[in-house]
Amino acid sequence: MLVLAIDTSNQALTVALATEQQSLGTVTLNVKQTHSDGLMPALEYLFAATKKQPSDIDRVAVAQGPGSYTGIRIAVTTAKTLAWTLNKQLVGISSLAVVASNWPADQANGLIVPLFDARRNAVFTGAYQWQQGRLVNVLADRHMALAEWLPQLAATKQPLTFVGDTAVFNDQLIKLGEIAPASFDLPQASRLASLGAQATPVADIHSFVPTYLRMTEAEVNWLKQHPDNEGHEPYVEEI
Amino acid sequence: MTENKSQQRELILAFESSCDETSVAVVENGDTILSNVIASQINSQKRFGGVVPEVASRHHVEQVTICAEEAMAQADVTYADLTAVAVTYGPGLVGALLIGVSAAKAIAFAHQLPLVPVNHMAGHIYAARLVKPLTYPLLALLVSGGHTEIVYMRAAGEFEIIGDTRDDAAGEAFDKVGRVLNLAYPAGKKIDDLAKQGTDTFNFPRAMIKDDNYDFSFSGLKSAFINTVHNAEQRGEELARADLAASFQASVIDVIVTKTMRAVREYGVNQLVMAGGVAANSGLRARFQQEIAAHTPNVDFVVPPLRLCGDNGAMIGAAAHVFYNQGVRANGQLNAKPGLSFDYMTPERQLELSK
Repeated sequence: MLVLAIDTSNQALTVALATEQQSLGTVTLNVKQTHSDGLMPALEYLFAATKKQPSDIDRVAVAQGPGSYTGIRIAVTTAKTLAWTLNKQLVGISSLAVVASNWPADQANGLIVPLFDARRNAVFTGAYQWQQGRLVNVLADRHMALAEWLPQLAATKQPLTFVGDTAVFNDQLIKLGEIAPASFDLPQASRLASLGAQATPVADIHSFVPTYLRMTEAEVNWLKQHPDNEGHEPYVEEI
Repeated sequence: MTENKSQQRELILAFESSCDETSVAVVENGDTILSNVIASQINSQKRFGGVVPEVASRHHVEQVTICAEEAMAQADVTYADLTAVAVTYGPGLVGALLIGVSAAKAIAFAHQLPLVPVNHMAGHIYAARLVKPLTYPLLALLVSGGHTEIVYMRAAGEFEIIGDTRDDAAGEAFDKVGRVLNLAYPAGKKIDDLAKQGTDTFNFPRAMIKDDNYDFSFSGLKSAFINTVHNAEQRGEELARADLAASFQASVIDVIVTKTMRAVREYGVNQLVMAGGVAANSGLRARFQQEIAAHTPNVDFVVPPLRLCGDNGAMIGAAAHVFYNQGVRANGQLNAKPGLSFDYMTPERQLELSK
């Protein structure tokens, strides 16, 4: 099974082609750029360099979020369109899981805690664990104030390894557990491909959307005033 | 024989997602719509009294492949039949544009098809090509929630702005006035209907109507309208809503029609295209028809049908036909350009052409 993996959840852009047996190639960029600029050229190079055609793939695995809203939309739109138009399978993997999976199974004891800086002292985060060679989500992905999240982690009484956007929160994290070296912070699409090879494909590609983990501010405010949401659904209609 | 025939058909799959409509169309030879699927978010956005960009972007992701699948099915074509993929890359909301751009690039890459980038405003003008052939030079009046522009086209695919709004777009003024009248977003159609039942009794200002240029300004009108309503409220007076709507609309129409018709005469064009969401306004259409019939009957006035005045993929496919044949192509780096604009005509050229 040939898997195309795409992750543009945060600053890094990473794409890979891999089978269950081996990684054919990975292109990873970690520069400030718009992913719309970089993603398709990276895919074009990846396919050309591995001498594969888009139609050769069996499955697209995409980092579905959380992350930058625009970033996850570009990856998800590209992935779902490719899967739909080529009539291939599509799987969505948590963007946090991709970073968590950087931490090797043989070093893991306790919980792997991936963090993305969501600004204003909040994070996108969750907790993961390797169990029999599979990365398992132990505490669900969430958007939360770091000050609220850390006590919940401490309450698990498990050893913690933080990975991802750890540098900004270093002072608060160092008291609670181990901080993975910076070389583990960057998402790698080869890891995503391997997580994606194990996952179950989505049943309906059309309804596949990013995992934002946050409602828009406009919707939050609207629902406060209109808890019944009366008379507005369906939101989108063909005209 | 069938092979030959399919080679002669130029089929463009076109994506539009610049604001709050997701649309995908298949257009043949730039003038024939094989499909034009439009998913509107109005129901969602009217909760907020206007388009919230992040909400718009989220809806586009939900819709884009559904629209594309329906467009391909209704047109009854396969990827092998397609000549190119086209997409709006600006102007518009950046997050919204990126969905169409990402989807179009993915399809072009997957099926090794050429990718044609299209300016949304060029799309609005070329909606007219789906009605009848365009004869150059022509003038196009673009009136929408984001734009109020007069565009001179010397030839196919050449656009120069000769007049533009200095502040609000005409459609924006309609929406703001609608809010004051407590009309649900989008208010354009409701003001148009209300205006038919009233008369122009308030005599709102006609900004810049006599100025020696083709520019517009609608913020003064908006303020005059708001002040009139608020002052009446403070006096406890009830103003006739139909007359308010009729007075507002009369001011907008007077200015737009007067300045556009002066441009038509001074630039000596024989065709005037009106496009964009506000082109759906019945009062505006009727006044242009009257003016042209009375004073310049040789001018061919083209307004696309209502469905093609709003944002839609077919107009992008129609414009893409022209650009495709001029060799315009984008590569995988194509990005959304929210502030994309036609060039402004230089003052020298304006002077020379408008003699």
